[in-house]
Amino acid sequence: MIELMQVTKCFNAGKSNEFTAVDSVSLTIGQGLVTVLKGPSGSGKTTLLTLIGCMARPSSGRIRLNDINASFFPETSRKGGFDISSLPERFLTEIRRDTFGFIFQQFNLIKGITVLENIMLPAYPTGRGHALFRKRALELLEMFNISRHETSRVEWLSGGELQRVAIARALINDPAVIVADEPTAHLDSKLSCEFMEIIGNLKAEGKTILIASHDPIVYDSRLADQVIEMRDGRITGSGLVS
Amino acid sequence: MSSFINRHRNIIDFALSSLLRRKIKNISLLGVYTLIIFVLASLIFFVHALRREAALILKNAPDMVVQRLMAGRHELIPVDYGQKISSIRGVQDVVPRLWGYYFDPAIGSNYTVMVPRDNMVQPDNIIIGTGVARVRKASVRDLIAFQAYDKTPLLLMIQQILPYESELVAADLILMSEQDFQSMFNLPKGYATDLAVSVANPRELVTVATKIAEQFPDTRPILKSEILRTYDSVFDWRGGMMIVIMSAAILSFIIFAWDKATGLSAEERKEIGILKSIGWETSDVLFLKFWEGIVISLSAFLCGVLLAYGHVFFFSATIFEHALKGWSILYPQFRLVPAIDAFQLTVLFALSVLPYTVATIVPAWLAASADPDAAMRS
Repeated sequence: MIELMQVTKCFNAGKSNEFTAVDSVSLTIGQGLVTVLKGPSGSGKTTLLTLIGCMARPSSGRIRLNDINASFFPETSRKGGFDISSLPERFLTEIRRDTFGFIFQQFNLIKGITVLENIMLPAYPTGRGHALFRKRALELLEMFNISRHETSRVEWLSGGELQRVAIARALINDPAVIVADEPTAHLDSKLSCEFMEIIGNLKAEGKTILIASHDPIVYDSRLADQVIEMRDGRITGSGLVS
Repeated sequence: MSSFINRHRNIIDFALSSLLRRKIKNISLLGVYTLIIFVLASLIFFVHALRREAALILKNAPDMVVQRLMAGRHELIPVDYGQKISSIRGVQDVVPRLWGYYFDPAIGSNYTVMVPRDNMVQPDNIIIGTGVARVRKASVRDLIAFQAYDKTPLLLMIQQILPYESELVAADLILMSEQDFQSMFNLPKGYATDLAVSVANPRELVTVATKIAEQFPDTRPILKSEILRTYDSVFDWRGGMMIVIMSAAILSFIIFAWDKATGLSAEERKEIGILKSIGWETSDVLFLKFWEGIVISLSAFLCGVLLAYGHVFFFSATIFEHALKGWSILYPQFRLVPAIDAFQLTVLFALSVLPYTVATIVPAWLAASADPDAAMRS
């Protein structure tokens, strides 16, 4: 579903402090599978996630998405997929909003507004009716057992509850791919296992899941279909788990 | 189309909730902004209404006033100048006028004393303005004691108090008979304060004025249009207090807008990054900031303008009274007739709402132009 061919990402190119975060990475991420990027801090996992998630463009190489619905791309050509490496920012935003759901390490929820509003945020610019995505947000609250916090502000919630709100927000636009960056970094073992249970449910629904983590609860999980090991921006080992 | 409307409706919805969560900051912003608009709009309303009143009053003023000058100062004019002026072709009527100022030591205020044209005041009687009645606590048929030029007392009875509507021009006015005027000031016989000249054809005014100036080199003809021009420059935006208050208000607004423009907090920057990372376009973020700016600036503009309207037209511009209404103890108490200059209001709108909105959008645009992956690294 997602193919990376010789993808490189350089920061401060041509300057004395040039730094290559991702170096000639080629990779295929299968549809409906859980792929874990494993490696120490600074190994390029997060940068690779931002490239796949259309948050940044690679310095070189190609990233190809298959079977993605995008309004700017003719329906007849969708089967063959399209290259996102050089798309304009507007198109990347549309793909990011409709295809990917992000779960950030720091959760990145907005303080001062309610849990419900936080969950609905990615849906605001889609042009869908407010009632429609509000209904979806309420269903997600129900699904993650946090309905009682609907009108609470996010700063009043515990770490585990914040995590669930972040997951609900990632799912509001019903994306095909879930991207999670170090999702268990701020959770204890029990909450980390709960998180993996949720991932299991999403996998069962057919979502493609991409997680960057150096937590054994994640990369040793039986849910991980593919574990890719990274170091210094390069893939040092990968393989299908089962 | 419905998708476009929905998108904006959703963004406005979030803008409102975003404003509400920074209640104290935004209410203080709104308060300061409203105050600035209130000061500026009050000045605009007040000055425009005064100019309008002045124009209405001067409608009935004589076409031309002829004064005599001596050593560059206003001097009494011989009445026989009037007879000679009436013989100039085009002159319809010449009326000698008697007026002067009287200082009342009991109150410490100055009155304007005049002899009306049509003998409407009987000898030993006076007609007074509401301001005089107020400070002297006097009513009709009361006697008021004045001092004549030789310090002898002069007792005059109030025949009438001028109607309230004339307060703007007549608050300090005392009308008396020519006989009492002479008793009070001892003007030399055959002299008047000035001459009111009417001209049949307004187009001939300048020609007549030139002829008068040529025939009587010691006189100064003042045309009605010149008086209007003087009023205009007194009440114009360039005039005295007006420019001081206006400059202070505009300066405050610039500081305020500048602070806003440079004051995007780290939290706001982070929020913009989050919004971009979860799929908001740069234009969505700009719309959000635009609506936030519009809600604040438009509310402040409307509140400021409404408060200014009430202040000027219902409370007689109480705050500016001492600065703008005059220097006398006898402040006129009047209600201005509501008169709004749409052009000036539009300029105020353009100079306040638009810069504020731009000041809100520009820093947001700079923050929103950053790559969305910044949120991943925060």
